[in-house]
Amino acid sequence: MKKDMTCKLLVIGAGPGGYVAAIRAGQLGIDTVIVEAKKAGGTCLNVGCIPSKALIHAAEEYEKVVHYAEGKGPLGISLTAPKLDMAKTIAWKDDIVRRLNNGVAGLLKKAKVPVVHGWARFKDGKTVEVETETGPQIVRAEHVIIATGSAPVELPFMPFGGNVISSTEALALKTLPATMAVVGGGYIGLELGIAFAKLGTKVTVVEAESRILPQYDAELTRPVAKRLADLGVTVLTGVKAKGVTSKGDALRIETASGDEQKIEADKILVTVGRKPLTEGWGLEELDLDRAGKFIKIDDQCRTSMRGVYAIGDVTGEPMLAPRAMAQGEMVAEIVAGNKRSWDKRCVPAICFTDPEIVTVGLSPDEARKVSPEVKIGIFPFTANGRAMTMLAEEGFVRVVARADNHLVLGIQAVGQGISEMAAAFGLAIEMGARLEDITGTIHAHPTQGEGFHEACLKALGHALHI
Amino acid sequence: MGEHTIKLPDVGEGVAEAELVEWHVKVGDIVREDSVLGAVMTDKATVEIPSPVEGEVLWLGAEIGDTVAVGSPIIRLKVEGEGNAKPIDKLEDQPGELKPAEPKAKLATPAKAAEEAIDPPPHSGGGGPHSGGGGVARTAPTPSFTGAPRTAGEKALASPAVRLAAKEAGVDLRQVTGTGPAGRITHEDLDAFIARGPQAASRAAATGLQPDTSVTEIKVVGLRRKIAEKMAKAKQRIPHITYVEEIDVTALEDLRASLNKAKRADQPKLTILPFLMRALVKAVKEQPALNATFDDDAGVIHQSGGVHIGMAAQTRNGLVVATVKHAEARDLWDCGAEVNRLAEAAKAGSATREELSGSTITITSLGAIGGIVTTPVINYPEVAIVGVNKIAIRPMWDGTAFQPRKMMNLSCGFDHRVIDGWDAAVFVQRLKTLLETPAMIFVG
Repeated sequence: MKKDMTCKLLVIGAGPGGYVAAIRAGQLGIDTVIVEAKKAGGTCLNVGCIPSKALIHAAEEYEKVVHYAEGKGPLGISLTAPKLDMAKTIAWKDDIVRRLNNGVAGLLKKAKVPVVHGWARFKDGKTVEVETETGPQIVRAEHVIIATGSAPVELPFMPFGGNVISSTEALALKTLPATMAVVGGGYIGLELGIAFAKLGTKVTVVEAESRILPQYDAELTRPVAKRLADLGVTVLTGVKAKGVTSKGDALRIETASGDEQKIEADKILVTVGRKPLTEGWGLEELDLDRAGKFIKIDDQCRTSMRGVYAIGDVTGEPMLAPRAMAQGEMVAEIVAGNKRSWDKRCVPAICFTDPEIVTVGLSPDEARKVSPEVKIGIFPFTANGRAMTMLAEEGFVRVVARADNHLVLGIQAVGQGISEMAAAFGLAIEMGARLEDITGTIHAHPTQGEGFHEACLKALGHALHI
Repeated sequence: MGEHTIKLPDVGEGVAEAELVEWHVKVGDIVREDSVLGAVMTDKATVEIPSPVEGEVLWLGAEIGDTVAVGSPIIRLKVEGEGNAKPIDKLEDQPGELKPAEPKAKLATPAKAAEEAIDPPPHSGGGGPHSGGGGVARTAPTPSFTGAPRTAGEKALASPAVRLAAKEAGVDLRQVTGTGPAGRITHEDLDAFIARGPQAASRAAATGLQPDTSVTEIKVVGLRRKIAEKMAKAKQRIPHITYVEEIDVTALEDLRASLNKAKRADQPKLTILPFLMRALVKAVKEQPALNATFDDDAGVIHQSGGVHIGMAAQTRNGLVVATVKHAEARDLWDCGAEVNRLAEAAKAGSATREELSGSTITITSLGAIGGIVTTPVINYPEVAIVGVNKIAIRPMWDGTAFQPRKMMNLSCGFDHRVIDGWDAAVFVQRLKTLLETPAMIFVG
């Protein structure tokens, strides 16, 4: 038995929430220990945001040159048919992940936070036993942060394994599947589905709802639907996945009319959501209050047990890394004795499809619930010079503001490369900008950002370029 | 360039120290010769301090409210030429080293840091001399709130930095009114909220009415402090007895109207005061105990032969008592003229120390405003005060019918240590007789 460790703060899970909490705690001089069973960085860095973006970028680049090789591009560029070395692509992606793993480990070291590698299990609210490679390690702490994250949801009638894969396996495929069925037309399924389609896979997306990306309004998703069609992706909506054929080479579905069909697929990617990781680490010992399947927290991320905090995906929607990071930072500061509480106005969300979708703050429908009257301004990229020069005319910026005082409540945009504009959108809302604040700000020309400016002008009734 | 030190001049006979009540300059100001630098107040009068030279203000040696000994340096100017400050003086006169007055005489709060600049008070119009400083208000600027009230529980609109500052300060931003665009809470709003105190509630949301929990700190200095001290002394030491009687002044008012109608141009317009003064003279001749001062420390009553009638007058800075000296030697017109002159001097702040002291019995009149009874506070160390209430026409029973009569109450206070209730009643009844039959004031 190893000698017991004691610390002031113990962080369970070194994902974006956990490692940020640990780094911040270290900066604040809190004696902190972090436990991680896999590699530092969590889902986001290892099997989520980062590797998917690497794959998406590679796919984008590849699709572009294929497009040119086919002589379809208007830019006057021609070349011979490109080839894809999938193994090399994945190796490049793995290298990025490795560099970031090392980066996080380095940051933790710099913050003087030791990492205990292994699977943690609560013995009580202040004591954790970690199964390390070299034996069990007891860690006792005054404060504990649960940052165990989430995992892909599995469909009971077609569990992961064989050709049925989750996003994690999809990001590690060494060879490109010729066909792929994507179950679930949410953002993960579409991000990966589009990437594989661009790499050359014949992709079919199966969505139970009547349209893809059902959490967004139809206006926002229309450009994505259009692009899916252009890329030759088959989208079947109102369709239920029923299982896999016995040979495992096709997805069985039930159409809206009740017919059963088969979709040939080398790989069946199931992306029907993510669930909080609340099992296997002794949560039952703690008997923490739940909010649905999530751990219930208050505005300081406190659970129902004193001294036990929870952050990130395990605590609820939106299951997004920046929320977890902000929670982690906040809890570290609370443990250090500072007064903090969750006071964010928005958590920006990005769907890295083609084109990308950004939503910050309230949608028009949500805004109408809090404000009796709203002003909405939409500016299409067809009227944006920079978008034209990048073949990025698809999409728009939409701003939602209160009609009475022009306070910006929400901003949505869809367009190529629009994700980078999330920073401006988030800042506008957190700072409490009015439409006039945006229109009174000079936006550099020529940029897609001018679309934000123009959308606000439009909401005020005097757009200049439309 | 040299330095010129200005010391507190001798501001009156027997005055060893004075309270600084106004600065008209601040450090860095350029002053001309004869510019008013500030004002000090003695027991009664306010004295302005002119600059004897031209120069730039380098240092102010006292704060408003400080008591300064005559001869203490109070201001230093940078002047052309050598100035009057010797090097050794400079050492002695370092701010902080200097004690404006003897420690025991230092009634005011200790001088705060010299850098707390005091803005000169605004000059009143007319160019007349400034009367002694009353309250010197120091208020934080109150921002005007323009933001639309938020509905209860609505998330406060504030930038992340403001939210953090609020959290640190333990302020619930939902309670804070925002003055920024769309009701956004600025750093200034938060600071003002914290300065106002924690209980500034948000009832505004429901009613549009804002609770004003601001507290303005007003240093009680100058005349106001004198009044406060004097009133406290009077009430602490004197067991007051108040006696109120109604006087039928119909005949007196008729006489007054006739006299005013027939008066010469050089004669003052008569108010009721000169009549009352003459009646007082007559009454106290019969009861000299009432025209006196009581030195209670020494246990001696000084009954005065001369009737020096104090006349309470309201000035912009507060109450002063101007004295009509030797009322027994003045006729009605003379009393009237003196009342008018002193009232004006008191209001303008130009009344001298002598004119504001030496009374032996006092009249106070709030009649112009209204009120049927007052409980006047004796002008210590006097023993009696006569309060005049408003004249009103009231129905009076004459034995057969109600008659409309001009009635006026006299609310009089007496020092019960030395004046018995009986004597008080006799005195007031005597005044009543005299005033109701005004010929008796002038005859016999």
